[in-house]
Amino acid sequence: MKINWKKVITAGVTLVSAAALFVAANGVKPTHVNAALNESTVSAIKKRGQLRVAVFGDLPPYGWVNKDGKRVGYDVELARRMAKDLGVKPKFIQVNANNRVDTLNSNKADIVLANFTVTPERRQAVSFAKPYMKVSVGVVSPKNKKITKVSQLNNKKLIVTKGTTAENYFTSKQRGVQLMKFDSKTQQFNALKNNRAAALADDNSYLYAWVKRNPKYTVGIKSVGPHQYIAPAVKKGNSSLLNWSNKEITKLNKESFFTQDYNHQLKPYFGSEVKPSDIVLKQGK
Amino acid sequence: MAHSGINVLFEGTNFARLMGGLWTAVWIAGLSLIFGLILGTILGMLRTLKNRVIRFILLLYLEFFRIVPTVVLLFLVYYILPRQFNVNWPAAWMAVLAFTLWVAAEFSDIVRGALESVPEHQRESGLALGLSQWQLFRYVLLPQALQLELPATINLATRVIKTTSLLLMISIMDIINVGQQIIEANNQNYPTGVFWVYGLIFILYFIIDYPLARWAKHLTAKQKD
Repeated sequence: MKINWKKVITAGVTLVSAAALFVAANGVKPTHVNAALNESTVSAIKKRGQLRVAVFGDLPPYGWVNKDGKRVGYDVELARRMAKDLGVKPKFIQVNANNRVDTLNSNKADIVLANFTVTPERRQAVSFAKPYMKVSVGVVSPKNKKITKVSQLNNKKLIVTKGTTAENYFTSKQRGVQLMKFDSKTQQFNALKNNRAAALADDNSYLYAWVKRNPKYTVGIKSVGPHQYIAPAVKKGNSSLLNWSNKEITKLNKESFFTQDYNHQLKPYFGSEVKPSDIVLKQGK
Repeated sequence: MAHSGINVLFEGTNFARLMGGLWTAVWIAGLSLIFGLILGTILGMLRTLKNRVIRFILLLYLEFFRIVPTVVLLFLVYYILPRQFNVNWPAAWMAVLAFTLWVAAEFSDIVRGALESVPEHQRESGLALGLSQWQLFRYVLLPQALQLELPATINLATRVIKTTSLLLMISIMDIINVGQQIIEANNQNYPTGVFWVYGLIFILYFIIDYPLARWAKHLTAKQKD
């Protein structure tokens, strides 16, 4: 028997295209999105036995991998504790700074613990729980020409990196300061070492780690401008995990978990110049 | 403490982790190639048919995968598919899916070209013998096309292996991702670590891809004879 291949194939292709269209049309309906959201409720996590946490893999001391291949860091220690308190195992999903939001929204992770700073723009996209850490802009200067007040910087040069909160703050609030802007962290620190300016401003946690390796310098101004907070984030509308996280952070604060976490993970990087209270939020806050 | 940067590769389990990352990249590339070549052969055969609708649909498919950058494809399958269609496979399988579709598109064009360059009298002789369309493909066209398409196929394989370096974009622990973890974790003790880690990755990719490239060159030279 001779089969008419052309007809068979045409029919096949038509069927497949129709099926693809049908699936496409159905998939966009919001009902599917809601169904997917249920994967991240507290009961769903407990049922699965796994808390999927989005963390950094290359940002010591917050989220990184040590030489034994183990994930460690301030954020990771919190993640392990949260999983333990839920009675489940943590599963880590490594993310970059710019795919933290997508990872939540496409249900790849239940919660993000990746040095995620709370900003009004991000609040539109995800739900933040209570913060567990604070950062703000600090100013580093040579020990022999120490800058301790912002007023000392008037009409002097200050180094910043483009796109950071430091640049933002000094551009809008401290107009008397002359800014020298650089593209990368390496460039800005080199410029300071070559005495191109009186001081350098950046997130204070980076500066603490840097002065530990460069003892001729000191973070003369530990905090300037408004504090910014680092908080866990969950998918928008996931009130179950959001409420649980808020309660968990309050509980951990009471037993000073974050101070211990600081001593384990951050202290070796920041040295003795910094106290836990510079980074960790006050209890009960 | 005078550190030599090369030691960063042998701290703790670093070397084993890099090899694990390489294996991840290799198996994803391997599976994608196997699935992609099978699917591509079928699509390539369909593209030599006279039916315009099929040829047009397949041409659209080919052009889509050829024009859209692979990194965008990976993002589409990893972030958009789960959100819109509730398809939530592990990242590695999503990558296999994206790479398979890409390989199939590229390979369908190679197969089509090879089939069309089989001399016309071969096809006519087959038909004269009373072979059906399928028998013609199976016994006359495909065996001859296979030889013609082999060098281009090997080139495609080397490209797929190189492109696995994009897997880190979708949270897969491939060799580049593991390399970056090691560089950042050892920045304080080994400031030159970045050079050694990327150097090793370069050598490993070279070891895998170079023999393939040589083989393709050898085959092309043989065909010219």
